[in-house]
Amino acid sequence: MKGSSMTAPARHDTQTDHRADAPTVLDVDGLSVEVRTISGTLRAVNDVSFQARRGETLALLGESGCGKSMTATALVGLLEPVADVVAGSATLSGVDLLSADRKKRRAMAGTELAIVFQDALTALNPLYTVGTQLAEPFRIHKGLTAKDAKAKAVELMARVGIPQPETRLNSYPHQFSGGMRQRLLIAMAVALNPSVLIADEPTTALDVTVQAQIMALLRDLRTEFDMAVVLITHDLALVAEEADRVAVMYAGNVIETGTVAEVFADPKHPYTKGLLNSVPVNARRGDGLHSIGGSPPDLHDIPDGCVYQERCPLARDICVTTRPTLDHVGEQRKAACHFPEEVTPRTRGGKSEDV
Amino acid sequence: MKMSENLLEVRDVRKSFRVPHAGKNKLCALDGISLDLARGETLGLVGESGCGKSTLARTLMMLERPDAGTVRFDGVDPFTLAGAELLKFRSRVQMVFQDPYASLNSQMSAAEIIAEPWRSHKGLIKNRQDRDMRVRGLLDLVGLGAKAADKYPQEFSGGQRQRIGIARALALNPDVIICDEPVSALDLSVQAQVLNLLNDLQEQLGISYIFISHDLSVVRHVADRVAVMYLGKIIENGPTDTVFDRSDHPYTAALMSAAPTLDGTHRQERILLSGEVPSPLNPPSGCRFRTRCWKATEVCATTTPPVTVDPEFGGHTALCHHPLLLEGSGLETVSA
Repeated sequence: MKGSSMTAPARHDTQTDHRADAPTVLDVDGLSVEVRTISGTLRAVNDVSFQARRGETLALLGESGCGKSMTATALVGLLEPVADVVAGSATLSGVDLLSADRKKRRAMAGTELAIVFQDALTALNPLYTVGTQLAEPFRIHKGLTAKDAKAKAVELMARVGIPQPETRLNSYPHQFSGGMRQRLLIAMAVALNPSVLIADEPTTALDVTVQAQIMALLRDLRTEFDMAVVLITHDLALVAEEADRVAVMYAGNVIETGTVAEVFADPKHPYTKGLLNSVPVNARRGDGLHSIGGSPPDLHDIPDGCVYQERCPLARDICVTTRPTLDHVGEQRKAACHFPEEVTPRTRGGKSEDV
Repeated sequence: MKMSENLLEVRDVRKSFRVPHAGKNKLCALDGISLDLARGETLGLVGESGCGKSTLARTLMMLERPDAGTVRFDGVDPFTLAGAELLKFRSRVQMVFQDPYASLNSQMSAAEIIAEPWRSHKGLIKNRQDRDMRVRGLLDLVGLGAKAADKYPQEFSGGQRQRIGIARALALNPDVIICDEPVSALDLSVQAQVLNLLNDLQEQLGISYIFISHDLSVVRHVADRVAVMYLGKIIENGPTDTVFDRSDHPYTAALMSAAPTLDGTHRQERILLSGEVPSPLNPPSGCRFRTRCWKATEVCATTTPPVTVDPEFGGHTALCHHPLLLEGSGLETVSA
């Protein structure tokens, strides 16, 4: 190993232009998912609607238990037997994913809709070589021979940046590092050029320098294949850097949507603002951090009115009695709050006294 | 007061482990670690997985005995202690763990969990009434209130559990609390509550923290000084703002630039490192970072880099043959 073999740091071009006019490829409308538990049925996803557009990244942002992963699982048809879609539709290329039969869904898996999971080690089969697993989509969907499919797999591994793909083809998942495994999963997901790629916390298990590599790869692939990317994450900074539009979720509901630039600069829901203010941005040693008091409601016991009422500084009588609907608060944005105009723009980098 | 200002002094500590199926190679987890911790100070410990952060924490907790080097706590090497003196030492260094679900026994109530340390350290409470009063005091201190005493861990949320863990660590009036990723399992809105609590406790009680985290924005918020680790070595060490704003070591600069930021401005000038951290079983010769470093030259492969001291800011050191600041103005040099 010589010093001369080192690569110079790669640098990125600037933020992609916003594609307000890009065609919608995935249209989710009124999706609701219920889970049967010992202590009763709970609604994990409630009336969730969003659109993913070609060549654009939409972030589903929220804290644990907000229903963001359950939404993704419902879309790809991998809900656990105790969970059911009880309402809504998800239209992709003219087909409603939620009502399609198994055969139709199977034909669309990988070719139209693909998913990258958080934990690559459990998503890959430990008993097969990665070559076999990467060749599978080509054999099943394209009917390629084993040999041709292997050649495709090598091509794909090279594309996602796995060194020496010809030899690594015969390795098993455990012989790869975390970052490389995530690359393998991404390779499998984009193998058949899907129109929508769902990335469910794709970098949460990775170190930050590897996260930067994986996000750069996803960005490049999105442009190359002109995919819509649905990025599911709890990381606000990641959303700020990677996504064009965002849907913020809380207790199973989408509470605010819009372009990332608008929503992050001037949130119209108190929860979005509370989250943004909780990030220690350039906060100096000793500064108090703004925090949201309390914790999210128990999904078994969601209040009748606004889901955020118990933690909301703006809450008053109407919030207890009536659930706010997701209404327009701007040309391209919506918020589910009775008093969106009272949410003041975010103060930067410090503690904020108001909402 | 004691002779030295530093509560804790670690000098050239080494620790390696034998691992199965690795032949003669030993896993070198700590490779000559030196650091200081002053009273009432927070030292942030940053690095990617496998860099030795947790082994260092375990060594300071005396859960691992170093192969070489010295640890001095108030001038005393705890590894020479035995019996009552050792017990006394153990009460002075406590720990808060990452996972608030795994680190609390679900069969014990909050009060029992918090009072458990006093079963080993007997002199600290007088009787049952004293114990109950102290438990209530600690619950108040961490913002839970006395009503929480008889509840069990599963009745609390993640953030509340972490408060119980903090109360347990405080039960023995420690001088140092080692916080191993204390907020990484918590949701953002709750994370801020716990960070504020740790800060308030430090102001009230004058505790020192060693704060281990992979989240740079959190470290920047809590730490007075930061030590950046890579493959068993501290490669940069100094006052927080200096390390963040004037990184000397290319790895620190890359790490800082890799972390996404809320205003999204970072991405344009990101330093994207190639490859991943090499195996600690077979670390690179010379500089540990040279296999991923864009500034590496022949000398980096042959010689262990010297400690360079920032000419302007004393106490800011880096382990590098080609420190960034000596060639100009930090990151700008890199992006040229």
